[in-house]
Amino acid sequence: MRFAALASRNLKETVREPLSVVFEIGLPLIFMLMFWALGKNLGEDMFTATMQLPAVVIFGFSFLMSISAITLARDRQSALFLRLLTTPLKSGDFIAAYSLPYVLIAIFQIAVCFAMAALLGLEIIGNIGIVFLIFILMAVCLIGLGMFIGSIFTENQANIAGSAVIVFVAILGGCWMPLKFVGGVFESIGYALPFAHAIDAARNVLNGSTLGDVSIDLLWVIGYTAVFFILGAVCLGWKTKE
Amino acid sequence: MGYIEDKNNFAIQTFNITRKFGNLTAVDGVNLGVKKGEIFSLLGPNGAGKTTIIKMLCCLLRPTGGTGAIMGYDIQEEPLAVKSIIGISPQETAISLHLNSLENLELICGVYGMSKEETKKRSEEILELMSLTKRAKDRAGKLSGGMQRRLSIAMALVSDPLVLFLDEPTLGLDPQARRSMWEQIAGLKGKKTILLTTHYLEEADALADRIAIIDEGKIIALGTSGELKNKIQDKQIMIVKAKNLTHEAIEGLRKIYPDAREIEGGVEIRAKEISFERIVNYLHSEGTKIESTLIKEPSLDDVFLQLTGKEIRE
Repeated sequence: MRFAALASRNLKETVREPLSVVFEIGLPLIFMLMFWALGKNLGEDMFTATMQLPAVVIFGFSFLMSISAITLARDRQSALFLRLLTTPLKSGDFIAAYSLPYVLIAIFQIAVCFAMAALLGLEIIGNIGIVFLIFILMAVCLIGLGMFIGSIFTENQANIAGSAVIVFVAILGGCWMPLKFVGGVFESIGYALPFAHAIDAARNVLNGSTLGDVSIDLLWVIGYTAVFFILGAVCLGWKTKE
Repeated sequence: MGYIEDKNNFAIQTFNITRKFGNLTAVDGVNLGVKKGEIFSLLGPNGAGKTTIIKMLCCLLRPTGGTGAIMGYDIQEEPLAVKSIIGISPQETAISLHLNSLENLELICGVYGMSKEETKKRSEEILELMSLTKRAKDRAGKLSGGMQRRLSIAMALVSDPLVLFLDEPTLGLDPQARRSMWEQIAGLKGKKTILLTTHYLEEADALADRIAIIDEGKIIALGTSGELKNKIQDKQIMIVKAKNLTHEAIEGLRKIYPDAREIEGGVEIRAKEISFERIVNYLHSEGTKIESTLIKEPSLDDVFLQLTGKEIRE
């Protein structure tokens, strides 16, 4: 359990940075309120709390991914990381310490977004457990991507790469408008990535679909989660042995 | 292997250890033996290879030739055993800025697998030792540079390592903070084996039991401060600060003392034996107005100058 000490440090470093908290918790809530108000004025179903919850949660994870990538990239260049490499910590300890704290933050994000959505009229017809599973898988997927970006890039590069992923999630994930409205090649790219599948699956389950109904979307999410997390873990493991 | 047989006497050993980066040889066949409980200093200018040696001994960098051992454990074959008995304070302050001083120490105790009770006891002891008890709950980012450096060394000590590596521990500190740090390090003498790298001559002189002078990746001299100073041939150095000192006067002085050289506002004379009276009389006869004279003992800088032909801070 040597990793727990470093994981605890990483959690504290993140939550004690006021800007991180604003981006991870405040911003998703502001987005949810904003689009809910928009939906009220336009009378558009797309912006109800039930439709917005999956988009806001997964969009929030993209900020978490960016912050985890920047933290890791900054740490890798620090003397503290150098010191940690001279301790008995193994590669697996570093991987656990740079992923588990963000999973905890993601769970907190999910809870806060659920609470806000409930206040704004969230309706849950399907199985909430499946929705939670989809969210957790996407959190792990994006944390893996963050670990990958943080392992191979410098802090500045990670900042740019993280911003690019946030934009991809917003546009190609169909967060604020259905991908079919974008159409063409962008719709194809969107559905070649996991974000739109995760958002569609969560929306459908909230509206009453079963696990079987969303199994194809779920397989996309599971596949990408495995690939991104393994990629991130391998890269960080490699950096700690380099 | 030899180092295994000697492990009862030596805490740190290197055997022809070499590190190349492409065509550049940063460390070139270095052989060292640091005795248990000793403060041993690697003294040399920037880029001499000091930090590269430390990185290899801490298993951060693989040697491209030769090897090293810590307490008998080969750095390449048993890195985990080595890592469990060493502590390092890297050249840059290695602390977590959003954690307070106590949390920084707890982090290190945690990664070394220490129990809660042990962590509490060791952290309190080390905070006291490094005079940080009053700032235990303050965020590390809010401490002064000197305190951050002390915390960095405290983190190297808190796991109670057998061997401590201090890489330029006073770099960038003001003279007062440097003195204070020296006192802390001197307090560890005999309790820990310490390998200290520095390019401050006074630091090596004040702290180290033995000193290895390193230049361009090679050890060029090794011994106690006194032994190294005795090695230099010109045992007397006289510095004369003067007005109206002409080049002709210095040239004339060189006929008596060939190693006389012009320095800012005066002349420096090095020789096995110096006649104070003769020099003063000569300079007076040349119309020179002497402002001050100083006869000094050779310093480590003089040793370095003689061995390499350059000053350590060049």
